[in-house]
Amino acid sequence: MSGSSATTSRAPADDAGRRARRAKTVRTVGTYLLILAVLVVMLFPFYWMILTSLRTQVDNVSRVPVWIFTPTLENYQNVIARNNFLEFTWNSFVIAALSTGIGLLLGLPAAYSIARFKQEGLALAILVARLTPYITYLVPWYLAFRALGLIDTYVALTLTHLIVGMPLIIWIMISFFENVPQELEESAFVDGASRIGAFVRIILPLSTPGIVAASILAFIFSWNQFLFSLVLSGPNTRPVPVAVFNFISYGQIDFGGLGAAAVLITLPVVVLTLVIQRWIVTGLTMGAVKG
Amino acid sequence: MKSAADFIDRYARYVFPLPAVLAIVVLIVAPVLTNFVLSTYDYFVGGRPIFIGVENYTRAFGDARVWNGIRNTFYFTFTAVPLQLLLGLGIAVLFNREFFGRPLARTIILLPMVATPVAIALIWALMFNPSLGVLNYFLESLGLERSLWVAQRSLAIPSLVLVDTWQWSPMIALILLAALQGVPIEHYEAARIDGASGWQSFWHITLPGIRSAIVVALILRSVDALKTFDIIYVITEGGPGIASETLNVLAFKTGFQFFHAGYAATLLIFLMTIVLAIAYLLNIVRRRT
Repeated sequence: MSGSSATTSRAPADDAGRRARRAKTVRTVGTYLLILAVLVVMLFPFYWMILTSLRTQVDNVSRVPVWIFTPTLENYQNVIARNNFLEFTWNSFVIAALSTGIGLLLGLPAAYSIARFKQEGLALAILVARLTPYITYLVPWYLAFRALGLIDTYVALTLTHLIVGMPLIIWIMISFFENVPQELEESAFVDGASRIGAFVRIILPLSTPGIVAASILAFIFSWNQFLFSLVLSGPNTRPVPVAVFNFISYGQIDFGGLGAAAVLITLPVVVLTLVIQRWIVTGLTMGAVKG
Repeated sequence: MKSAADFIDRYARYVFPLPAVLAIVVLIVAPVLTNFVLSTYDYFVGGRPIFIGVENYTRAFGDARVWNGIRNTFYFTFTAVPLQLLLGLGIAVLFNREFFGRPLARTIILLPMVATPVAIALIWALMFNPSLGVLNYFLESLGLERSLWVAQRSLAIPSLVLVDTWQWSPMIALILLAALQGVPIEHYEAARIDGASGWQSFWHITLPGIRSAIVVALILRSVDALKTFDIIYVITEGGPGIASETLNVLAFKTGFQFFHAGYAATLLIFLMTIVLAIAYLLNIVRRRT
């Protein structure tokens, strides 16, 4: 009696359990499908970029997209050989490296000072500089560099790209320097070290990971910069984004070439992103999200 | 030598930030001030500056193209940002669960925002192509009508919003995801014990818990959307006609295609004022929350 009552009362519970489990499975599958959809949408343009770069022009201008084809590297050969792509890449590299280097030189001491002496006002000024549209500075810059004969020089491009990188470096490094225990430098002062000595020999080495992340981020932002280079570069200093933009301005569009160029500019950025991914959001949000 | 080190030690708070401050003064403050001076001149690059007082401003206020630019700037920003907030919130909630491959998924959604904007814009331009673009192929496969995308005046800005949304929803998602991970799990457990439904706990626990992060995301994204340049200039150059010409793009053309530096400076002051005013207003909201 008691046994049968136990079975009858267990059966609906089992049923409910099964239903709950099934509902959970459905939810899990649904979640995975949604996540997959998000990822497919995020990746598709990159996938299309790569496909375009590996297809012949005939396949690229087909009315129905060609999904399966024998990949060709012809587009890459064309872009690199015919369009001085290596020269543009070198320009991009020089400008990004110089502006990042100078950004570190100026930004690291400033970030240290803001962190150590609680200079909120200065931090705010740098934030306002980040919020102000870059194009605001560009007309006066253009006139000044033109008057000084500096259009189409690395000087003009490095100085302007500095405004992209330095605020980022300062913003990331403030939180790094805040986390270095103050006692460490105080004991160095007791040992007779100067402020600069303590900064160079104690603070900076302890902050290496932050410096690496900040440098890479500043480098990426300079590499991606389009507006300043569009106005201030020329045949001698043209960086890749402007060169690639010019591809479409001249006559017939070479789809495969565009795809290949797009892949070539994006590739270094993607690689660097993988290296410092947890700092990307910190940099993009000016510290609103901590890495 | 000793006295130099002493001097630096004593005035470290001024010496350390000095180089960066000088750079900011020369490269940012001086240009902004120069714009105010320039805006009072009728000045074409290479020509003779003629002082005209506030005439550039009165002209700008009566310039239909300027109003078109302001309208387009707001249209773009205030369609893109709410859309990105909704999608970003959705992605954040989705990614807040444990699932297989989560670190990889987080890395993938970083890609749209770090990839070189010019490259992204070019690929989207190819995808938008009315006759050969893959987007129309998708529409047709779904049995929908082909679209002209950016080639049609009324669709130019919505299409650009689509690109911007693809690019930047992940940033909002990652900001909100960080905030979601800070909402105490006990609150959800307490709500479940009280019999709250999923929606109720989302509405009464999740949203209030991440409110300040939402406002921060809104500030950053609105400010950046207002000054979007790369994707608009590369994909449409403000066209067809001036259908997607934002204030930013108009100022650029005025300065560097028409070389009307004085008028461009005036427009840039407009743009700067709009951007900083909105940042300021949103920041007041942030303080309240």
